[in-house]
Amino acid sequence: MAAGRSRIPATKHPIERFTLDNGLRVVLAPDRSAPVVGVAVVYDVGIRSEPEGRTGFAHLFEHLMFQGSENLEKLAHFRHIQGAGGTFNGSTHLDYTDYWETLPSNALERALFLEADRMRGPRLTEENLRNQVDVVKEEIRVNVLNRPYGGFPWLRLPPVMFDTFANAHDGYGSFDDLESASIADATDFFDRYYACGNAVLAVGGDLDVAEATALIERHFGDVPARPAPERPDFAEPDLTGERRQTYTDRLAPLPAVAAAWRVPDPIGDFAGYLPYVVLAEVLTDGDASRLVERLVLRDRSVTSVGGYLGLMGDPFDVRDPTALVLQAHLPPGGEVEKVLQTVDEELDRLATDGLAADELARTQARMATHLLRETDAVLGRTLQMAVLEQQRGDPGLLGELPRLVGEVTEEQVRAAAATLRPQRRAAVEVVPGGGVR
Amino acid sequence: MTVRTLPPLGPNRKLKLPREVEQTLPNGLTVIVLRRPAVPLVELRLWLPFGRAHLARGLMMSQTLLSGTATMTSVQLAAELQKVGGGLSAGADADRLMISGTGLSTGLNRILELLAEVLTGASYPNDEVATERSRLIDGIRMAQSQPTHLVRKALLKRMYGRHPYAVQTPEPEQVEAVRPAALRSLHAARVRPAGAILLLVGDVQPDKALDAVQRALGDWTGDGAPGELPPTPPLEAGPLLLMDRPGSVQSSVRLALPAVPRTHPDHAALQLANLVFGGYFSSRWVENIREDKGYTYGPHSTIEHSVAGSALVVSAEVATEVTGPALLETIYELGRLASLPPKEDELEQARQYALGTLQLGISTQAGLAAVASAYAGSGLRLEFLAEHAARLAKVTRDDVAVAAAKYLAPARAVTVALGDAGAVEAPLAVLGPVRTEAAGP
Repeated sequence: MAAGRSRIPATKHPIERFTLDNGLRVVLAPDRSAPVVGVAVVYDVGIRSEPEGRTGFAHLFEHLMFQGSENLEKLAHFRHIQGAGGTFNGSTHLDYTDYWETLPSNALERALFLEADRMRGPRLTEENLRNQVDVVKEEIRVNVLNRPYGGFPWLRLPPVMFDTFANAHDGYGSFDDLESASIADATDFFDRYYACGNAVLAVGGDLDVAEATALIERHFGDVPARPAPERPDFAEPDLTGERRQTYTDRLAPLPAVAAAWRVPDPIGDFAGYLPYVVLAEVLTDGDASRLVERLVLRDRSVTSVGGYLGLMGDPFDVRDPTALVLQAHLPPGGEVEKVLQTVDEELDRLATDGLAADELARTQARMATHLLRETDAVLGRTLQMAVLEQQRGDPGLLGELPRLVGEVTEEQVRAAAATLRPQRRAAVEVVPGGGVR
Repeated sequence: MTVRTLPPLGPNRKLKLPREVEQTLPNGLTVIVLRRPAVPLVELRLWLPFGRAHLARGLMMSQTLLSGTATMTSVQLAAELQKVGGGLSAGADADRLMISGTGLSTGLNRILELLAEVLTGASYPNDEVATERSRLIDGIRMAQSQPTHLVRKALLKRMYGRHPYAVQTPEPEQVEAVRPAALRSLHAARVRPAGAILLLVGDVQPDKALDAVQRALGDWTGDGAPGELPPTPPLEAGPLLLMDRPGSVQSSVRLALPAVPRTHPDHAALQLANLVFGGYFSSRWVENIREDKGYTYGPHSTIEHSVAGSALVVSAEVATEVTGPALLETIYELGRLASLPPKEDELEQARQYALGTLQLGISTQAGLAAVASAYAGSGLRLEFLAEHAARLAKVTRDDVAVAAAKYLAPARAVTVALGDAGAVEAPLAVLGPVRTEAAGP
């Protein structure tokens, strides 16, 4: 180990895995350092699986999963979780949808009951559907339509980068599609994708493995067995020429740009993928990173720059195809073309000259801190393990990540940088509509 | 379909507070160390009293504090911190300058050395200050295009009048005028150990951590500056202030109500009253305007504690066409709780939520650091959390009713809305007087 290099520490949370007779996969990660538990259920369906004409449906359906179930009236789910001192939420991603609660550990059985009840079936009513379409429209207004840079770049890049409906469409959905959604659509969606064979349950925190196993058997054991649907292949060929799109954001006061390049399959070629995760940090993590130093501090051609893996910023919970994304906000009158050229130049320099002494090691040390920090929260840990189990059958990978990131070599980072060529790039430029209001 | 019944809760888990060690160094710096070894990291928060600091200079100082010292550039500082998995950042508000960081716990000594380098030697180099000045101005322009920022700005002005809390973001031209010399003087006057509190949370041995702080920061000296703020003025209800933002597809509605500090005898009852009203998802107001009527996505109601006073702020982004009805339901739910006591089960549910989320809030290093530093900034220590939990456990329906009548009465609200006046002025005027102004910087 080179002098001056921080030892990358590891944390080990013991993990138990098993599968119930009905096909539900279970991950337990006990840790009794605080009297709280995290419960996560993830279903292997997300934005990419939405039917054409039903953009935004996976997310709308996520809302419907909170509207009552076999033994629970509308509002009961929220009240039972919060009345036990817990918090809850759900979120819809490209490849999965998660539901979670985190509670004082005396409420573990209650959380299992609630998740099992909706796994058997949500109460799908016309009234609740209409109500949640309204709520989702307000969500889209607040996050996209009524603010500058709404949906930039996560909703703006996919249609430039991809050609198939699955990868390219707006995951929040059009108002037309949302309003056309019916109870029949919801029933079909549940029948097809919300099978217990298509789900993973993870429980982490203050639990006893034998007790938790018995509780899980009791509540989930009689959820009817339904197999997972076959997952379609969402693969698309890489770009062969640059794609660029420009749009005017009537609310945005300043220009912005995002660029994305396809990266290796995060699941099928994890070893090939990991150097890109490190590369994004070498480029953008803090003042000592390549692009911050050059673009922000030296050239002053951008006011901020960020880089990450995954269109939703999800390096370890997304499948192929996915991307490395860079995004930057520019000062008034800033030239996007110049910024992209400088990025190319810096990538070239990295690929040709390699990294400075210590540059890789310090970036890896910082990444270890970020990774460890995320796993300190029982919920963060539990959710990540659920997704790793679902997509890789390997929840223990979570504890290995700081070490694996630390083993990426300079040669691998250089090689990764060399692939980020302009002709493989998809870029989106925001033209300010001048609306400083 | 089998009818299944909700399983009962197990016995309540005892509130576990981590070991807390505290020492005030000869230079006046108070150091608090909390041990939570869950992951091999350490969280650092340095709370420096900052009341009455010049707004634009204070904000600029927070943006340039890490821009270099006599011996290190900003890039060198960042690289040295990275080597131990560390990072530092600074932020300022009307009460405090806060320096925050995280790193591998094995790097604590190095992080403290670099912190000391910045505290005693930040040099505010001309070039870097110029860069950060432009970035900050761009950042303010971006904020001024955000409806949530604009409505907040208008609300603070209405709430606080001439108090320093009334304006919390400088105008671009004020930032333009800030020179490095002013930052150096402000640093000399205000970045002082006396009255400052350094909090370390994580996988550290408290005694060793105290020694490390003493070694690194013992030579940092200087008296604090008087920065005491006057108490916040009482809210003055008046006509609804409507900020016109033509073309807005939503209205941002805010109501400010009086509140009390954490240590006030009414605080626990007020916290529960706020929860029953709108402070969590399973509240009357959220169930009404979201889950029944679909007017909004994420309404929330929060008690905000600052050093000079506390306030309760009710917030919702609602569709333009239902702005009037949404305000009506808000006033109705406030008035209902201010007029009639809550039901027993509503109170119990809110109480359990308040107690449970106390546990959840301190179950991570970062959460613990956030709670402990917020407390420390108000002169409290973590043990207050246990005292507060005991008070929450004793609050009765009558206590909530009294607190609600006193603090949640809609007649006392300062109300601001930002939206398309052409569409929402008339519907809002049905409910009471409205004064309309143009929004914008």
